[in-house]
Amino acid sequence: MIDALGSVGSLLLVGGTSDIAVATARRYLRERPLRILLAARDTPRRAAVAEELRAAGATVETVDFDADDPTSPARMVAGATAGGDIDVAVVAFGQLGDAERLRTDAAAVADLARVNYVAPTVVGTELANRMRAQGHGVIVALSSVAGERARASNFVYGSTKAGLDAFYSGLADSLVGTGVSVLVVRPGFVRSKMTGHLPDAPLATTPDAVAEAIVTGVRKGRHTVWVPGAMRWVMSGLRHTPRALFRRLPV
Amino acid sequence: MSDDAIPAGAVTTRVPLTGWGRTAATPAVLTPVAGEDDVRRVLAAGGGRGVLARGLARSYNDAAQNAGGQVLDMTRADRVLDVDLATGEVVVEAGISLDRLMNLFVPMGLFVPVTPGTRYVTVGGAIACDIHGKNHHIAGTFSQHVPWIDLLTADGQVRRVGPEQDPELFWATAGGMGLTGVIVRACVRMKPIESSQILVDTDRTPDLDSLMTLLTGTDDRYDYSVAWIDCVARGARMGRSVLTRGRFARRDELPVRKRADPLSYSGSVRISAPDLFPPGLLNSATVAAFNEVWYRKSPRRKRDQLQSIGTFFHPLDGVGRWNRIYGPRGFVQYQFVVPFGQEEALRQAMVRISSSGHASFLAVLKRFGEGNPGMLSFPMPGWTLALDIPVVPGLAALLDGLDEIVVAAGGRVYLAKDPRVRPELFERMYPQLADFRAVRARVDPDGLFTSDLARRLSL
Repeated sequence: MIDALGSVGSLLLVGGTSDIAVATARRYLRERPLRILLAARDTPRRAAVAEELRAAGATVETVDFDADDPTSPARMVAGATAGGDIDVAVVAFGQLGDAERLRTDAAAVADLARVNYVAPTVVGTELANRMRAQGHGVIVALSSVAGERARASNFVYGSTKAGLDAFYSGLADSLVGTGVSVLVVRPGFVRSKMTGHLPDAPLATTPDAVAEAIVTGVRKGRHTVWVPGAMRWVMSGLRHTPRALFRRLPV
Repeated sequence: MSDDAIPAGAVTTRVPLTGWGRTAATPAVLTPVAGEDDVRRVLAAGGGRGVLARGLARSYNDAAQNAGGQVLDMTRADRVLDVDLATGEVVVEAGISLDRLMNLFVPMGLFVPVTPGTRYVTVGGAIACDIHGKNHHIAGTFSQHVPWIDLLTADGQVRRVGPEQDPELFWATAGGMGLTGVIVRACVRMKPIESSQILVDTDRTPDLDSLMTLLTGTDDRYDYSVAWIDCVARGARMGRSVLTRGRFARRDELPVRKRADPLSYSGSVRISAPDLFPPGLLNSATVAAFNEVWYRKSPRRKRDQLQSIGTFFHPLDGVGRWNRIYGPRGFVQYQFVVPFGQEEALRQAMVRISSSGHASFLAVLKRFGEGNPGMLSFPMPGWTLALDIPVVPGLAALLDGLDEIVVAAGGRVYLAKDPRVRPELFERMYPQLADFRAVRARVDPDGLFTSDLARRLSL
């Protein structure tokens, strides 16, 4: 249960080895020890993350999850909730893809859509079913400002995030009154292992900043947060920029 | 059992429930039950998220909530079933409130054996939380005045248990937060009184040391004793307090005009607080001002003042729903006890509180007497401090720090109030938790009875 003062007892990280997921776990552990469920593929990195979080005071359990496997979400959620309720679930998996290749390779587009849109919506549905039954919980979905208005430079990625964002925003509304809520997080460019090969974009942020926004957003019961906060107003401007101008912008 | 049984499938929608602190609401199916058969019907319906009995929901925390599950509203079952005026023993349904017991029995010269700061609690809740009052140093907890209860357990059977009959199950249930079953009936040994007036002595003390000295020296002369303590004052004035102690007056101690009707009693709510207080109304400035006035208006020393039951025991009950003054974010009550000999821990905790800037509108200090065999019962011989604190950022860290002090001193926090203790610290506070779990495993192997509190702390 998230207690009266907003402290979290159990945290499920789907895509538990992503930089943002790990940063979120570390951020929560700075406040209190808690139970963490790491859902990811069984890799050395997962073992290393589990070890690190245990050393930081967490009780860690690992659950197998593979975004490429359509049957994985149901098994993952069942496994993650077998030992008790989940207070906060962070859906933090996704790929950036190679924008150049995605422009022409239909199979690559299908793969990215599966990992970035189809799998998160299936996970979201399984989580919502489970949390509706338990009568409490928060689902945190990692969207992106790239989904607010797709740009020519990475529109396939942007479109998957647009779909994910719409799904979780609608899910949030459908859960009103059930005790369950959804927080949609829209970071700008995050310096992480996913983007390590790319140069910084304007208003670039860090996994730690995203983690801070997640923890604060959950505590305050927010529904949408931008990271950094100024992104909200930048994106509001960009959404209303005429297309003729928008497509020429160096963003 | 009852005639006005609930039609099958009458109420199946979930309603959000909170405790008195108005924090961390969770939805549950709330079903009014008037008797054993109603309870069994809900148990049979199950639903996978368990069942919990709820009384008047005056516990401050999530003790009377069961997210996604079934909650039984026990307050309809409030009949008096038997009275023995010779022994003072009354048999009641568990949903009856102490308020109603007082209305019925004070005029007959019987008072509830133990009352907390509010009379709006049920007998079932009083046993489940093993509540204490101003007379703990003399009389112990409420459950110590209960010869037996009828407990409806997970198998649907009603078992009569008490300190003499299945004491293990009784002492798991007394203080067991409703997790061993549903208390449907109880026998309560009332306290004989000659009048409805309390003879009160008031003492004002300038600091914590003088307060503790006074309590240690003379507390046993009084049936009832509690100190209001200023947790905002710092430095030399830290712990300045107003100590009120008393006992029920004998008839011949009343003024002549009151002797004709010594047991007259009226105890209804006069006004109710509206639901429009903004967050942050109670801050360090307003509370400091209130405390200053409260301290100064109290007499330095006063003897044998007559007070009514309401004024002496339940001053806040005069205002209905006073919890609203903390605004929509709600508040927590932090109550802990540290054993005698750990006065330094108490002082350390008070320094942390007074220097934190978290205003406590109400803070009371009491000297506990002996504990009882209740496995999760709160009181132990020592000092207990209770404070109301509005929910503000930073409070979680402050209270986590206080927990560390309390645990290191061999103390504990109170389950009827705590909404946030860390599970691993809780285990260290209650060494009999393993015994409690063993009893639950015996009478409720499938974990049918549960609550948000139970889930949060893995009880």
